[in-house]
Amino acid sequence: MATVFDRPGTTREAAQPLVPGKAPTETKVVVAMSGGVDSSVTAALLADQGYEVIGLTLQLYDHGAAVGRKNACCAGSDIHDARDVAAKIGIAHYVLDYQNRFRDDVMEEFADAYLRGETPIPCITCNQTVKFRDLLGLARDLGADCLATGHYVRREMGAHGPELHRAADAQRDQSYFLFATTRSQLEMLRFPLGPMADKDATRALAERFGLGVAAKPDSQDICFVPGGNYADVIEKLRPGAAEPGDIVDQAGNVLGRHDGIIGFTIGQRRGLGIGGRKDEAEGPLYVLGIDAEARRVVVGPRAGLARTEISLKGVNWLAPAPLEAGGREVAVKVRSARAPVPAVITPGTDAGTVSVRFDSPEFGIAPGQACVFYDGTRVLGGGWITAGG
Amino acid sequence: MSHYLDYNATALGRPEVGVAVADALALAGNPSSVHAPGRRARACLEDARAQVAALAGTSPENLLFTGSGTEANNLALSGPRPARILASAIEHPSILRPAAERPGGFALIPVDGHGVVDLGALKALLAEPSDGPVLVTVMMANNETGVLQPSEKVVEIAKQAGALVHIDAVQAAGRVALEFDRLGADLMSLSAHKLGGPKGVGVLVKRAEITLAPLIAGGGQERSLRAGTENLPGIAGFGRAALSALAELTGGTEIERQRDLRDRLEAAIAAATPAVVVVGGQVPRLVNTSCLAFPGVAAETLVIAFDLEGFAISAGSACSSGKVEASHVLAAMDLAPGLASSAIRVSVGYATTIQEIDAFVAACRVVLGRNAGAAALGVDRLPA
Repeated sequence: MATVFDRPGTTREAAQPLVPGKAPTETKVVVAMSGGVDSSVTAALLADQGYEVIGLTLQLYDHGAAVGRKNACCAGSDIHDARDVAAKIGIAHYVLDYQNRFRDDVMEEFADAYLRGETPIPCITCNQTVKFRDLLGLARDLGADCLATGHYVRREMGAHGPELHRAADAQRDQSYFLFATTRSQLEMLRFPLGPMADKDATRALAERFGLGVAAKPDSQDICFVPGGNYADVIEKLRPGAAEPGDIVDQAGNVLGRHDGIIGFTIGQRRGLGIGGRKDEAEGPLYVLGIDAEARRVVVGPRAGLARTEISLKGVNWLAPAPLEAGGREVAVKVRSARAPVPAVITPGTDAGTVSVRFDSPEFGIAPGQACVFYDGTRVLGGGWITAGG
Repeated sequence: MSHYLDYNATALGRPEVGVAVADALALAGNPSSVHAPGRRARACLEDARAQVAALAGTSPENLLFTGSGTEANNLALSGPRPARILASAIEHPSILRPAAERPGGFALIPVDGHGVVDLGALKALLAEPSDGPVLVTVMMANNETGVLQPSEKVVEIAKQAGALVHIDAVQAAGRVALEFDRLGADLMSLSAHKLGGPKGVGVLVKRAEITLAPLIAGGGQERSLRAGTENLPGIAGFGRAALSALAELTGGTEIERQRDLRDRLEAAIAAATPAVVVVGGQVPRLVNTSCLAFPGVAAETLVIAFDLEGFAISAGSACSSGKVEASHVLAAMDLAPGLASSAIRVSVGYATTIQEIDAFVAACRVVLGRNAGAAALGVDRLPA
């Protein structure tokens, strides 16, 4: 039987059985289906290869409330899309109400982080909790052999067990968002789209399988912040928490006022609301720091953003050998959209902490973002950037 | 291989109902027409009305066909004079939601830990002053637990206070005798598909003196209380299902057979899983319904796991998106923490076999045996 991998733009690698030595027809796979193109193709691909596929879609928040429409159906169109795909490819499909877990584990944490002056990444927290803890547990309870997602990341078997690698398509690589995946979670996870050449190849498969979502646009925003207005969402979760304060320079001189620190992130240049400065020859102003307690936003020239060393907490380490005291040369990513840069990582004094020293200064590093370590394509681990150090 | 154990959601359609529906579809006329085909259609309609009336224990002229049990419930609350509505906390949403919007006021009658309506609380609510009439609405049997409500006492207490009484018998019909006339209630709702009839047909039984405000305006069908050409195939199917259901109730052993199946199921599961709680198990229940709580195990996981094993059961009430919502019925019973979220409902019917029950018990071993939350249940003691 010809498989979809005989077509240009795809690869044969993914045609390896998901569970070594187990035939697809004997393998039960749960697929986390969001209703988007990627997870839909993941499900279709596995069903096409003969796996027993179970589609699960999580209802994470009240779609009607999120888009500001009253009495909208509790499920957004994404859930309907996922159900349509499941019906089209002929798999069992279920919708799970994870709204409480998502609010407690992801949305509340997101709001609190912003109020601490950090720039959080809720997608990582969601992968860490709702998806790879709760959904994985459910997959086990259902007797599934593995849980597949539509993430663009590769899982490869190494000498010491499964390894996490960057996706074949560097543009689509989502390994940054999966750094917190533990080794035991990785045992059960599968990422069939990791070897895809590019997104067009995925869309071509969606069309080939006749999926209605083939031309659906990629999601651009954080799912519970449609339109990207964080301040509104945080104001709803923490009413009154957004209090105005001063915008100051590095010497503490007040340059202006702001409506709340939640509107700012380190490295931000636009929208500071300060005009008519006399020293414009020095170049534009950037947000250099956020003092949550004093509700102050510190601004200054770009040079003030330069950092040579940062501290991480909540570190997840995926390599079999522990990080040695002498440190290790790696490549690190400090923002999702940035290319990896060379750095040396050494264990911190407390458990779960790591120090990162960059070979050359990095700009615009924000507490709350992730710093992910790479050895070539392989993800060695990562941690959360702290305000100190 | 699939086994249907969710009769309280909807019963399997009875083969004889399919015949009756097809026969009615073949009738050309409109029941309101003067000509011969019209008269034949009218006769079919009235035959079905008599069949359903026999099941309800009343005269055919007291029946109004509707588009669902939900519509019957809504119509029951529609009285032209805004009545204060007293509804039990475990009523179906098709009572609770319209009741909350009625202008005459609304109060919930609590239930006890077994899921039985609190008659003392009902008396206290009836003693409260009210500007206008009061309508008490208490279901005959609960859909989630199967717990039977003291309908006779509810009617007696309500009548002493001069209140009207509506009884939602959607889940009870075909499983216990309804006896509308003897009961002395003013209104009663039934639905065809719970009896093995077609979906989309209900009936509101109404004493002649009770006035209602139609929800749908138009022609004069159903004594101008439900405009629109009658759903004749559906109504004919309802009649045929009622005939079969009444036969099961009044003769033979079908009701006892369903009770035996349910008891066999509960005994096998309790023997293997001592921590299981049979919700409402200590009070009179419908013979076909088993509400089982497995503490520490998420009910929605069980519903999915059993479906994958080929068994259709349910938990809570499903919303239109298919997700499982927390049960207001179990919440109203004030069960121990965690119990409500671990409760599944198994409901059997006329086509359920003893082999299916034994297969379900065997599937329980598989499903609970691999569930992380079930470890605390002592499920490993389940015999292989």
